[in-house]
Amino acid sequence: MVGLAAIVGTAQYKPQRRFDGPPMFALDQVADLAGLAMADAGLAPQQIDGLAIISVFNEARMFIPAMVGEYLGLKLNFGEIVDLGGATAVAMAWRAAAAVELGLCQAVLCVIQARPGPPDPLRELGQGARRGLGATSAAYGAPEAEFDVPYGHVAQNTGYAMIAQRYKAIYGYDPAAMAKIAVDQRANACANPDAFFYGQPITAEDVLASKMIADPLHLLEIVMPAVGGAAFIVARKDIERSNTHRTALVRGFGEHIQCKSPSYADDMLVTPIGPASRRAFAMAGLTPKDMHLAEVYDCYTITVLLTLEDAGFCEKGTGAKFIRDHDLTWRGDFPLNTHGGQLSFGQAGMAGGASQLVEAVQQIQGRCGERQVPRHDLAYVSGTGGVMSEQTALVLEGAP
Amino acid sequence: MTDKPLPRETPRSQPFWDAIRAHHIDIQQCDDCRRWVFFPRLHCPHCFSRRLTWKTVSGEGELLTYTLSRVPTLPEFADGVPQKLAVVQLDEGPHLNTTLVGLAEDEIEVGMRLRPVFDDIVPGETTLLRYTARR
Repeated sequence: MVGLAAIVGTAQYKPQRRFDGPPMFALDQVADLAGLAMADAGLAPQQIDGLAIISVFNEARMFIPAMVGEYLGLKLNFGEIVDLGGATAVAMAWRAAAAVELGLCQAVLCVIQARPGPPDPLRELGQGARRGLGATSAAYGAPEAEFDVPYGHVAQNTGYAMIAQRYKAIYGYDPAAMAKIAVDQRANACANPDAFFYGQPITAEDVLASKMIADPLHLLEIVMPAVGGAAFIVARKDIERSNTHRTALVRGFGEHIQCKSPSYADDMLVTPIGPASRRAFAMAGLTPKDMHLAEVYDCYTITVLLTLEDAGFCEKGTGAKFIRDHDLTWRGDFPLNTHGGQLSFGQAGMAGGASQLVEAVQQIQGRCGERQVPRHDLAYVSGTGGVMSEQTALVLEGAP
Repeated sequence: MTDKPLPRETPRSQPFWDAIRAHHIDIQQCDDCRRWVFFPRLHCPHCFSRRLTWKTVSGEGELLTYTLSRVPTLPEFADGVPQKLAVVQLDEGPHLNTTLVGLAEDEIEVGMRLRPVFDDIVPGETTLLRYTARR
Protein backbone atom coordinates (compact mmCIF):
# COMPACT_ATOMS: atom_id res chain seq x y z
CA MET A 1 0.00 0.00 0.00
CA VAL A 2 1.36 3.36 -0.98
CA GLY A 3 -1.66 5.38 0.15
CA LEU A 4 -2.91 6.59 -3.22
CA ALA A 5 -6.62 5.95 -2.64
CA ALA A 6 -9.13 7.96 -0.64
CA ILE A 7 -12.87 8.06 -0.09
CA VAL A 8 -13.78 11.44 -1.56
CA GLY A 9 -17.56 11.59 -1.33
CA THR A 10 -20.62 9.91 0.15
CA ALA A 11 -24.40 9.86 -0.15
CA GLN A 12 -27.01 8.14 1.95
CA TYR A 13 -30.79 7.95 2.06
CA LYS A 14 -32.32 8.47 5.46
CA PRO A 15 -33.50 4.99 6.53
CA GLN A 16 -37.24 4.44 6.56
CA ARG A 17 -39.37 1.60 7.84
CA ARG A 18 -41.20 1.63 4.50
CA PHE A 19 -40.39 3.74 1.48
CA ASP A 20 -42.92 6.55 1.25
CA GLY A 21 -42.30 7.50 -2.38
CA PRO A 22 -43.16 5.88 -5.70
CA PRO A 23 -41.23 2.62 -6.25
CA MET A 24 -37.97 3.12 -8.13
CA PHE A 25 -36.13 0.57 -10.24
CA ALA A 26 -32.73 -0.41 -8.84
CA LEU A 27 -31.17 1.29 -11.85
CA ASP A 28 -32.85 4.57 -10.91
CA GLN A 29 -31.88 4.23 -7.24
CA VAL A 30 -28.27 3.71 -8.34
CA ALA A 31 -28.43 6.69 -10.69
CA ASP A 32 -29.93 8.89 -7.97
CA LEU A 33 -27.36 7.86 -5.35
CA ALA A 34 -24.53 8.18 -7.89
CA GLY A 35 -25.53 11.75 -8.67
CA LEU A 36 -25.65 12.64 -4.98
CA ALA A 37 -22.25 11.04 -4.31
CA MET A 38 -20.60 12.76 -7.28
CA ALA A 39 -21.98 16.10 -6.14
CA ASP A 40 -20.68 15.47 -2.62
CA ALA A 41 -17.25 14.51 -3.97
CA GLY A 42 -17.07 17.40 -6.42
CA LEU A 43 -16.47 15.00 -9.31
CA ALA A 44 -17.89 15.01 -12.84
CA PRO A 45 -19.39 11.83 -14.31
CA GLN A 46 -16.59 11.72 -16.90
CA GLN A 47 -14.11 11.18 -14.06
CA ILE A 48 -15.80 7.99 -12.82
CA ASP A 49 -14.22 4.92 -14.44
CA GLY A 50 -14.93 2.17 -11.90
CA LEU A 51 -18.09 0.65 -10.46
CA ALA A 52 -18.85 -1.64 -7.53
CA ILE A 53 -22.41 -2.82 -7.02
CA ILE A 54 -24.31 -5.59 -5.28
CA SER A 55 -25.44 -8.94 -6.65
CA VAL A 56 -29.06 -8.44 -5.59
CA PHE A 57 -30.40 -6.46 -8.50
CA ASN A 58 -34.02 -6.59 -9.58
CA GLU A 59 -33.43 -5.89 -13.24
CA ALA A 60 -30.82 -8.54 -13.97
CA ARG A 61 -29.08 -11.58 -12.55
CA MET A 62 -26.00 -11.39 -14.78
CA PHE A 63 -23.99 -8.74 -16.64
CA ILE A 64 -24.99 -6.22 -14.01
CA PRO A 65 -21.93 -3.90 -14.23
CA ALA A 66 -22.37 -3.48 -17.98
CA MET A 67 -26.09 -2.83 -17.60
CA VAL A 68 -25.54 -0.28 -14.82
CA GLY A 69 -22.60 1.37 -16.60
CA GLU A 70 -24.66 1.73 -19.75
CA TYR A 71 -27.63 3.13 -17.84
CA LEU A 72 -25.49 5.63 -15.97
CA GLY A 73 -23.57 6.58 -19.11
CA LEU A 74 -20.19 5.60 -17.69
CA LYS A 75 -17.22 3.99 -19.45
CA LEU A 76 -15.63 1.63 -16.96
CA ASN A 77 -12.11 0.31 -16.50
CA PHE A 78 -13.21 -1.73 -13.48
CA GLY A 79 -16.55 -3.45 -12.81
CA GLU A 80 -17.15 -5.36 -9.62
CA ILE A 81 -20.00 -7.24 -7.94
CA VAL A 82 -19.73 -7.79 -4.19
CA ASP A 83 -21.80 -10.43 -2.40
CA LEU A 84 -20.73 -10.21 1.23
CA GLY A 85 -23.94 -9.19 2.97
CA GLY A 86 -23.32 -6.56 5.62
CA ALA A 87 -19.58 -6.77 4.95
CA THR A 88 -20.17 -5.52 1.41
CA ALA A 89 -19.63 -1.77 1.85
CA VAL A 90 -16.19 -2.14 3.41
CA ALA A 91 -15.40 -4.88 0.90
CA MET A 92 -16.29 -2.51 -1.95
CA ALA A 93 -14.10 0.21 -0.45
CA TRP A 94 -10.99 -1.94 -0.30
CA ARG A 95 -11.53 -3.52 -3.70
CA ALA A 96 -11.92 -0.05 -5.16
CA ALA A 97 -8.84 1.20 -3.31
CA ALA A 98 -6.82 -1.77 -4.56
CA ALA A 99 -7.94 -1.11 -8.13
CA VAL A 100 -6.95 2.55 -7.80
CA GLU A 101 -3.61 1.63 -6.24
CA LEU A 102 -2.90 -0.73 -9.13
CA GLY A 103 -3.61 2.01 -11.63
CA LEU A 104 -6.60 0.23 -13.14
CA CYS A 105 -8.86 3.20 -12.67
CA GLN A 106 -9.01 6.60 -10.99
CA ALA A 107 -12.46 6.85 -9.38
CA VAL A 108 -14.76 4.00 -8.37
CA LEU A 109 -18.44 4.56 -7.69
CA CYS A 110 -19.64 2.12 -5.00
CA VAL A 111 -23.43 1.87 -4.65
CA ILE A 112 -25.77 -0.18 -2.49
CA GLN A 113 -29.41 0.45 -3.28
CA ALA A 114 -31.91 -0.89 -0.73
CA ARG A 115 -35.35 0.42 -1.55
CA PRO A 116 -38.05 -1.83 -3.00
CA GLY A 117 -38.53 -1.74 -6.72
CA PRO A 118 -41.83 -1.70 -8.58
CA PRO A 119 -43.44 -5.15 -8.80
CA ASP A 120 -43.31 -6.76 -12.21
CA PRO A 121 -46.92 -6.70 -13.42
CA LEU A 122 -46.34 -9.97 -15.30
CA ARG A 123 -45.00 -11.92 -12.35
CA GLU A 124 -47.34 -13.32 -9.75
CA LEU A 125 -46.60 -12.19 -6.24
CA GLY A 126 -44.88 -14.76 -4.08
CA GLN A 127 -43.43 -16.73 -6.94
CA GLY A 128 -39.90 -18.03 -6.49
CA ALA A 129 -37.92 -17.71 -3.29
CA ARG A 130 -40.07 -17.50 -0.18
CA ARG A 131 -39.75 -14.63 2.26
CA GLY A 132 -38.56 -14.75 5.85
CA LEU A 133 -35.47 -16.87 5.29
CA GLY A 134 -33.02 -13.97 5.65
CA ALA A 135 -29.49 -15.15 4.86
CA THR A 136 -30.56 -18.81 4.78
CA SER A 137 -30.74 -20.55 1.41
CA ALA A 138 -33.58 -23.01 0.84
CA ALA A 139 -32.46 -23.78 -2.72
CA TYR A 140 -32.21 -27.44 -3.74
CA GLY A 141 -28.73 -28.71 -2.92
CA ALA A 142 -27.96 -25.97 -0.37
CA PRO A 143 -26.80 -27.66 2.87
CA GLU A 144 -29.05 -25.26 4.81
CA ALA A 145 -32.12 -26.49 2.93
CA GLU A 146 -31.52 -29.96 4.36
CA PHE A 147 -29.84 -29.51 7.68
CA ASP A 148 -31.00 -26.09 8.97
CA VAL A 149 -34.43 -25.16 7.65
CA PRO A 150 -36.30 -28.36 8.70
CA TYR A 151 -35.16 -27.78 12.27
CA GLY A 152 -36.17 -24.14 12.24
CA HIS A 153 -32.60 -22.83 12.08
CA VAL A 154 -33.56 -19.97 9.81
CA ALA A 155 -32.35 -16.39 9.28
CA GLN A 156 -29.99 -14.53 11.58
CA ASN A 157 -31.55 -13.95 15.01
CA THR A 158 -31.08 -17.46 16.35
CA GLY A 159 -27.55 -17.86 14.98
CA TYR A 160 -26.40 -14.72 16.77
CA ALA A 161 -28.31 -15.78 19.87
CA MET A 162 -26.50 -19.11 19.89
CA ILE A 163 -23.15 -17.36 19.60
CA ALA A 164 -24.12 -15.16 22.56
CA GLN A 165 -25.27 -18.18 24.54
CA ARG A 166 -21.95 -19.93 24.02
CA TYR A 167 -20.10 -16.72 24.96
CA LYS A 168 -22.14 -16.70 28.16
CA ALA A 169 -21.10 -20.29 28.95
CA ILE A 170 -17.41 -19.76 28.21
CA TYR A 171 -16.68 -16.17 29.36
CA GLY A 172 -19.73 -15.12 31.34
CA TYR A 173 -22.29 -12.55 30.26
CA ASP A 174 -23.30 -9.15 31.57
CA PRO A 175 -26.76 -8.27 30.21
CA ALA A 176 -26.43 -4.69 31.52
CA ALA A 177 -23.20 -4.15 29.58
CA MET A 178 -24.84 -5.52 26.45
CA ALA A 179 -27.74 -3.15 27.01
CA LYS A 180 -25.30 -0.24 27.41
CA ILE A 181 -24.17 -0.74 23.81
CA ALA A 182 -27.72 -0.09 22.63
CA VAL A 183 -28.23 2.77 25.11
CA ASP A 184 -25.03 4.66 24.24
CA GLN A 185 -25.67 4.23 20.52
CA ARG A 186 -29.20 5.55 21.02
CA ALA A 187 -27.68 8.62 22.68
CA ASN A 188 -25.65 9.09 19.50
CA ALA A 189 -28.76 8.72 17.37
CA CYS A 190 -30.38 11.45 19.44
CA ALA A 191 -27.66 13.77 18.08
CA ASN A 192 -28.29 12.63 14.49
CA PRO A 193 -31.47 13.97 12.85
CA ASP A 194 -31.10 11.37 10.05
CA ALA A 195 -31.29 8.45 12.49
CA PHE A 196 -34.52 6.47 12.53
CA PHE A 197 -34.73 6.63 16.32
CA TYR A 198 -33.72 10.32 16.60
CA GLY A 199 -35.41 11.91 19.59
CA GLN A 200 -36.18 8.60 21.32
CA PRO A 201 -33.63 8.01 24.12
CA ILE A 202 -33.69 4.66 25.93
CA THR A 203 -32.31 3.26 29.18
CA ALA A 204 -30.70 -0.06 30.04
CA GLU A 205 -33.94 -0.96 31.81
CA ASP A 206 -35.83 -0.40 28.56
CA VAL A 207 -33.48 -2.74 26.72
CA LEU A 208 -33.66 -5.48 29.34
CA ALA A 209 -37.43 -5.16 29.63
CA SER A 210 -37.94 -5.39 25.87
CA LYS A 211 -39.25 -8.66 24.50
CA MET A 212 -36.89 -11.61 24.62
CA ILE A 213 -36.62 -12.72 20.99
CA ALA A 214 -34.08 -15.54 21.22
CA ASP A 215 -32.27 -15.98 24.52
CA PRO A 216 -30.24 -13.97 25.45
CA LEU A 217 -31.10 -11.35 22.80
CA HIS A 218 -33.80 -8.77 23.53
CA LEU A 219 -35.71 -6.86 20.88
CA LEU A 220 -33.73 -3.65 21.47
CA GLU A 221 -30.47 -5.54 20.92
CA ILE A 222 -31.58 -6.50 17.41
CA VAL A 223 -31.36 -4.25 14.40
CA MET A 224 -34.56 -2.93 12.82
CA PRO A 225 -34.86 -3.67 9.10
CA ALA A 226 -35.34 -0.56 7.01
CA VAL A 227 -35.12 0.62 3.43
CA GLY A 228 -32.68 3.17 2.09
CA GLY A 229 -29.41 3.14 0.23
CA ALA A 230 -25.91 4.56 0.14
CA ALA A 231 -23.09 5.37 -2.23
CA PHE A 232 -19.49 6.48 -1.95
CA ILE A 233 -16.61 7.17 -4.28
CA VAL A 234 -13.08 5.86 -3.86
CA ALA A 235 -10.61 7.78 -6.02
CA ARG A 236 -6.98 8.73 -6.46
CA LYS A 237 -6.37 11.11 -3.60
CA ASP A 238 -5.01 13.73 -6.02
CA ILE A 239 -8.00 13.67 -8.37
CA GLU A 240 -9.26 17.11 -9.40
CA ARG A 241 -12.41 18.05 -7.49
CA SER A 242 -14.66 21.08 -7.45
CA ASN A 243 -14.85 21.30 -3.65
CA THR A 244 -12.43 21.14 -0.76
CA HIS A 245 -14.05 18.55 1.49
CA ARG A 246 -11.41 16.62 3.36
CA THR A 247 -10.79 13.15 1.98
CA ALA A 248 -10.44 9.92 3.96
CA LEU A 249 -7.31 8.03 2.96
CA VAL A 250 -7.66 4.26 2.81
CA ARG A 251 -4.76 3.23 5.01
CA GLY A 252 -5.46 -0.45 5.67
CA PHE A 253 -8.00 -3.16 5.06
CA GLY A 254 -8.69 -6.83 5.58
CA GLU A 255 -11.29 -9.47 4.89
CA HIS A 256 -11.94 -12.94 6.22
CA ILE A 257 -14.65 -15.43 5.25
CA GLN A 258 -15.12 -18.19 7.78
CA CYS A 259 -18.33 -20.23 7.43
CA LYS A 260 -21.84 -19.72 6.14
CA SER A 261 -23.25 -20.93 9.46
CA PRO A 262 -21.50 -20.39 12.81
CA SER A 263 -22.63 -23.90 13.73
CA TYR A 264 -19.85 -25.25 11.54
CA ALA A 265 -17.12 -22.83 12.63
CA ASP A 266 -14.22 -24.51 14.41
CA ASP A 267 -14.88 -22.07 17.26
CA MET A 268 -17.84 -19.74 16.84
CA LEU A 269 -16.35 -17.33 19.40
CA VAL A 270 -13.26 -16.70 17.25
CA THR A 271 -14.76 -14.42 14.64
CA PRO A 272 -13.50 -13.43 11.17
CA ILE A 273 -13.01 -9.80 12.22
CA GLY A 274 -9.81 -10.91 14.02
CA PRO A 275 -7.74 -11.80 10.96
CA ALA A 276 -9.43 -9.05 8.91
CA SER A 277 -8.56 -6.37 11.47
CA ARG A 278 -5.02 -7.58 12.15
CA ARG A 279 -4.30 -7.30 8.43
CA ALA A 280 -5.90 -3.85 8.25
CA PHE A 281 -3.94 -2.47 11.20
CA ALA A 282 -0.67 -4.05 10.05
CA MET A 283 -1.12 -2.53 6.59
CA ALA A 284 -1.73 0.88 8.14
CA GLY A 285 1.14 0.57 10.61
CA LEU A 286 -1.36 1.48 13.33
CA THR A 287 -3.03 -0.21 16.30
CA PRO A 288 -6.56 -0.20 17.71
CA LYS A 289 -5.40 2.22 20.42
CA ASP A 290 -4.49 4.77 17.75
CA MET A 291 -8.09 5.06 16.52
CA HIS A 292 -10.08 8.18 17.34
CA LEU A 293 -13.42 6.56 16.58
CA ALA A 294 -14.79 3.13 15.78
CA GLU A 295 -17.73 2.47 13.49
CA VAL A 296 -18.47 -1.18 14.22
CA TYR A 297 -21.05 -3.26 12.37
CA ASP A 298 -23.89 -3.78 14.85
CA CYS A 299 -26.65 -6.03 13.61
CA TYR A 300 -26.84 -7.23 17.25
CA THR A 301 -25.18 -6.12 20.47
CA ILE A 302 -23.20 -9.39 20.54
CA THR A 303 -21.65 -8.46 17.18
CA VAL A 304 -20.23 -5.30 18.75
CA LEU A 305 -18.87 -7.13 21.80
CA LEU A 306 -17.14 -9.79 19.71
CA THR A 307 -15.77 -7.21 17.27
CA LEU A 308 -14.28 -5.04 20.04
CA GLU A 309 -12.53 -8.13 21.42
CA ASP A 310 -11.41 -9.84 18.24
CA ALA A 311 -10.33 -6.63 16.50
CA GLY A 312 -8.04 -5.96 19.46
CA PHE A 313 -9.69 -3.02 21.23
CA CYS A 314 -9.69 -5.18 24.37
CA GLU A 315 -8.66 -8.67 25.44
CA LYS A 316 -10.80 -11.70 24.68
CA GLY A 317 -13.41 -12.17 27.37
CA THR A 318 -13.15 -8.60 28.67
CA GLY A 319 -15.57 -6.90 26.28
CA ALA A 320 -18.24 -6.32 28.90
CA LYS A 321 -15.74 -4.62 31.22
CA PHE A 322 -14.49 -2.47 28.32
CA ILE A 323 -18.07 -1.41 27.59
CA ARG A 324 -18.74 -0.64 31.29
CA ASP A 325 -15.47 1.31 31.60
CA HIS A 326 -15.98 3.54 28.57
CA ASP A 327 -18.48 6.15 27.47
CA LEU A 328 -19.32 5.00 23.95
CA THR A 329 -21.17 8.17 22.95
CA TRP A 330 -19.90 10.94 20.67
CA ARG A 331 -19.01 12.87 23.84
CA GLY A 332 -17.19 9.92 25.35
CA ASP A 333 -13.69 8.49 25.62
CA PHE A 334 -14.41 5.75 23.05
CA PRO A 335 -16.74 7.14 20.38
CA LEU A 336 -18.51 4.11 18.90
CA ASN A 337 -21.10 4.11 16.13
CA THR A 338 -21.47 7.86 16.40
CA HIS A 339 -24.42 7.93 13.98
CA GLY A 340 -26.37 5.67 16.32
CA GLY A 341 -25.18 2.44 14.80
CA GLN A 342 -27.58 0.43 12.72
CA LEU A 343 -29.39 -0.42 15.96
CA SER A 344 -30.56 3.18 16.20
CA PHE A 345 -29.88 4.61 12.72
CA GLY A 346 -31.77 1.75 11.02
CA GLN A 347 -30.49 -1.07 8.84
CA ALA A 348 -31.30 -0.41 5.22
CA GLY A 349 -30.61 -3.89 3.89
CA MET A 350 -27.10 -4.31 2.62
CA ALA A 351 -26.67 -0.52 2.77
CA GLY A 352 -26.73 -0.86 6.56
CA GLY A 353 -23.03 -1.60 6.59
CA ALA A 354 -22.45 1.48 4.47
CA SER A 355 -23.88 3.62 7.29
CA GLN A 356 -20.76 2.88 9.34
CA LEU A 357 -18.45 3.77 6.45
CA VAL A 358 -20.35 6.96 5.57
CA GLU A 359 -20.29 8.07 9.21
CA ALA A 360 -16.53 7.47 9.48
CA VAL A 361 -15.89 9.56 6.36
CA GLN A 362 -18.20 12.38 7.50
CA GLN A 363 -16.62 12.40 10.96
CA ILE A 364 -13.17 12.61 9.36
CA GLN A 365 -14.49 15.47 7.22
CA GLY A 366 -15.76 17.25 10.31
CA ARG A 367 -19.31 17.42 8.90
CA CYS A 368 -21.25 15.69 11.70
CA GLY A 369 -22.75 18.70 13.45
CA GLU A 370 -23.79 18.18 17.05
CA ARG A 371 -22.28 14.68 17.22
CA GLN A 372 -18.92 15.66 15.70
CA VAL A 373 -16.12 14.13 17.76
CA PRO A 374 -13.20 16.43 18.56
CA ARG A 375 -10.44 13.99 17.54
CA HIS A 376 -11.45 12.68 14.14
CA ASP A 377 -8.36 11.87 12.09
CA LEU A 378 -8.27 8.08 12.42
CA ALA A 379 -11.26 5.77 12.12
CA TYR A 380 -11.82 2.03 12.21
CA VAL A 381 -14.77 0.59 10.27
CA SER A 382 -16.00 -2.98 10.29
CA GLY A 383 -18.51 -4.92 8.21
CA THR A 384 -20.22 -8.20 9.00
CA GLY A 385 -22.14 -10.49 6.67
CA GLY A 386 -24.41 -13.43 7.40
CA VAL A 387 -24.04 -14.81 10.91
CA MET A 388 -20.44 -13.84 11.60
CA SER A 389 -19.88 -15.55 8.26
CA GLU A 390 -17.65 -12.94 6.72
CA GLN A 391 -16.15 -9.74 8.07
CA THR A 392 -14.24 -6.82 6.66
CA ALA A 393 -12.14 -4.12 8.31
CA LEU A 394 -11.00 -0.71 7.17
CA VAL A 395 -8.63 1.88 8.63
CA LEU A 396 -9.19 5.43 7.39
CA GLU A 397 -7.10 8.54 7.99
CA GLY A 398 -8.09 12.10 7.23
CA ALA A 399 -5.93 13.75 4.58
CA PRO A 400 -3.47 16.23 6.08
CA MET B 1 -48.45 -34.89 7.76
CA THR B 2 -46.80 -31.63 8.53
CA ASP B 3 -46.82 -28.14 7.10
CA LYS B 4 -43.22 -27.59 8.20
CA PRO B 5 -40.41 -27.44 5.65
CA LEU B 6 -38.93 -30.90 5.18
CA PRO B 7 -35.36 -31.81 4.24
CA ARG B 8 -34.71 -31.71 0.53
CA GLU B 9 -32.65 -34.86 0.14
CA THR B 10 -30.08 -35.07 -2.63
CA PRO B 11 -28.13 -38.00 -4.11
CA ARG B 12 -25.19 -36.79 -2.03
CA SER B 13 -27.03 -36.86 1.29
CA GLN B 14 -29.34 -39.82 0.79
CA PRO B 15 -27.23 -42.31 2.82
CA PHE B 16 -27.55 -39.98 5.81
CA TRP B 17 -31.35 -39.73 5.52
CA ASP B 18 -31.73 -43.45 4.78
CA ALA B 19 -29.89 -44.18 8.02
CA ILE B 20 -31.96 -41.67 10.00
CA ARG B 21 -35.16 -43.31 8.70
CA ALA B 22 -33.76 -46.63 9.98
CA HIS B 23 -33.01 -44.96 13.33
CA HIS B 24 -29.25 -44.96 13.21
CA ILE B 25 -26.75 -42.28 12.31
CA ASP B 26 -24.31 -42.62 9.43
CA ILE B 27 -21.80 -39.92 8.63
CA GLN B 28 -18.78 -39.82 6.35
CA GLN B 29 -15.23 -40.51 7.49
CA CYS B 30 -12.15 -39.67 5.43
CA ASP B 31 -10.11 -42.78 4.57
CA ASP B 32 -6.96 -40.67 4.32
CA CYS B 33 -6.91 -38.24 7.26
CA ARG B 34 -9.45 -40.25 9.32
CA ARG B 35 -11.42 -37.15 10.26
CA TRP B 36 -15.21 -37.17 10.24
CA VAL B 37 -17.31 -35.07 7.91
CA PHE B 38 -20.70 -33.45 8.38
CA PHE B 39 -22.73 -32.33 6.41
CA PRO B 40 -22.33 -34.80 3.52
CA ARG B 41 -19.85 -33.80 0.86
CA LEU B 42 -18.04 -34.91 -2.27
CA HIS B 43 -14.69 -34.49 -0.53
CA CYS B 44 -13.03 -34.23 2.87
CA PRO B 45 -13.00 -30.53 3.88
CA HIS B 46 -9.87 -31.16 5.97
CA CYS B 47 -7.55 -32.75 3.36
CA PHE B 48 -9.63 -32.66 0.16
CA SER B 49 -9.44 -36.42 -0.27
CA ARG B 50 -12.28 -37.92 -2.33
CA ARG B 51 -12.06 -41.18 -0.36
CA LEU B 52 -14.96 -40.89 2.10
CA THR B 53 -16.74 -43.86 3.65
CA TRP B 54 -20.16 -43.85 5.30
CA LYS B 55 -19.96 -45.27 8.83
CA THR B 56 -22.45 -45.71 11.65
CA VAL B 57 -21.74 -43.68 14.80
CA SER B 58 -23.51 -43.49 18.17
CA GLY B 59 -24.67 -39.95 17.48
CA GLU B 60 -23.93 -38.97 21.06
CA GLY B 61 -22.24 -35.72 21.81
CA GLU B 62 -22.41 -32.53 23.82
CA LEU B 63 -24.39 -29.34 23.61
CA LEU B 64 -22.17 -26.73 21.97
CA THR B 65 -24.79 -23.98 22.24
CA TYR B 66 -28.51 -23.33 22.00
CA THR B 67 -31.15 -20.66 22.05
CA LEU B 68 -34.82 -20.53 22.94
CA SER B 69 -36.50 -18.74 20.08
CA ARG B 70 -39.61 -17.09 21.49
CA VAL B 71 -40.65 -15.74 18.12
CA PRO B 72 -41.18 -18.44 15.47
CA THR B 73 -38.33 -18.44 12.98
CA LEU B 74 -40.90 -19.25 10.27
CA PRO B 75 -44.70 -19.11 10.61
CA GLU B 76 -44.83 -22.92 10.38
CA PHE B 77 -42.99 -23.22 13.68
CA ALA B 78 -45.47 -21.09 15.61
CA ASP B 79 -46.93 -24.17 17.34
CA GLY B 80 -43.60 -24.97 18.99
CA VAL B 81 -42.34 -21.81 20.68
CA PRO B 82 -40.01 -21.48 22.29
CA GLN B 83 -38.11 -23.40 19.66
CA LYS B 84 -35.20 -25.11 21.43
CA LEU B 85 -32.63 -24.68 18.69
CA ALA B 86 -29.27 -26.29 19.36
CA VAL B 87 -25.87 -27.14 17.95
CA VAL B 88 -24.47 -30.53 18.95
CA GLN B 89 -20.83 -31.49 18.77
CA LEU B 90 -20.69 -35.21 18.01
CA ASP B 91 -18.08 -37.21 19.90
CA GLU B 92 -16.42 -37.75 16.53
CA GLY B 93 -15.97 -33.97 16.15
CA PRO B 94 -18.47 -32.61 13.62
CA HIS B 95 -21.17 -30.11 14.61
CA LEU B 96 -24.81 -30.40 13.60
CA ASN B 97 -27.92 -28.29 13.93
CA THR B 98 -30.90 -29.78 15.70
CA THR B 99 -33.63 -29.09 18.22
CA LEU B 100 -33.82 -30.30 21.81
CA VAL B 101 -36.77 -32.37 23.02
CA GLY B 102 -37.91 -33.65 26.41
CA LEU B 103 -36.09 -30.94 28.31
CA ALA B 104 -37.45 -28.07 30.35
CA GLU B 105 -35.89 -24.67 29.67
CA ASP B 106 -33.94 -24.72 32.93
CA GLU B 107 -32.55 -28.19 32.26
CA ILE B 108 -30.62 -27.02 29.21
CA GLU B 109 -26.95 -26.28 29.77
CA VAL B 110 -24.06 -25.75 27.38
CA GLY B 111 -21.72 -28.73 27.64
CA MET B 112 -24.40 -31.24 28.70
CA ARG B 113 -24.25 -34.77 27.30
CA LEU B 114 -26.83 -35.51 24.64
CA ARG B 115 -28.23 -38.53 22.85
CA PRO B 116 -30.14 -38.71 19.56
CA VAL B 117 -33.91 -38.97 19.30
CA PHE B 118 -35.39 -40.12 15.99
CA ASP B 119 -38.52 -38.14 15.24
CA ASP B 120 -40.64 -39.86 12.59
CA ILE B 121 -42.36 -36.85 11.09
CA VAL B 122 -43.87 -38.85 8.23
CA PRO B 123 -43.31 -42.52 9.15
CA GLY B 124 -41.25 -44.33 6.55
CA GLU B 125 -40.66 -41.12 4.64
CA THR B 126 -39.19 -38.40 6.78
CA THR B 127 -37.38 -38.68 10.08
CA LEU B 128 -35.60 -35.79 11.76
CA LEU B 129 -32.68 -36.11 14.16
CA ARG B 130 -33.41 -34.41 17.44
CA TYR B 131 -31.54 -34.54 20.75
CA THR B 132 -32.22 -34.93 24.44
CA ALA B 133 -30.22 -35.37 27.63
CA ARG B 134 -28.24 -38.55 28.06
CA ARG B 135 -28.98 -39.28 31.69
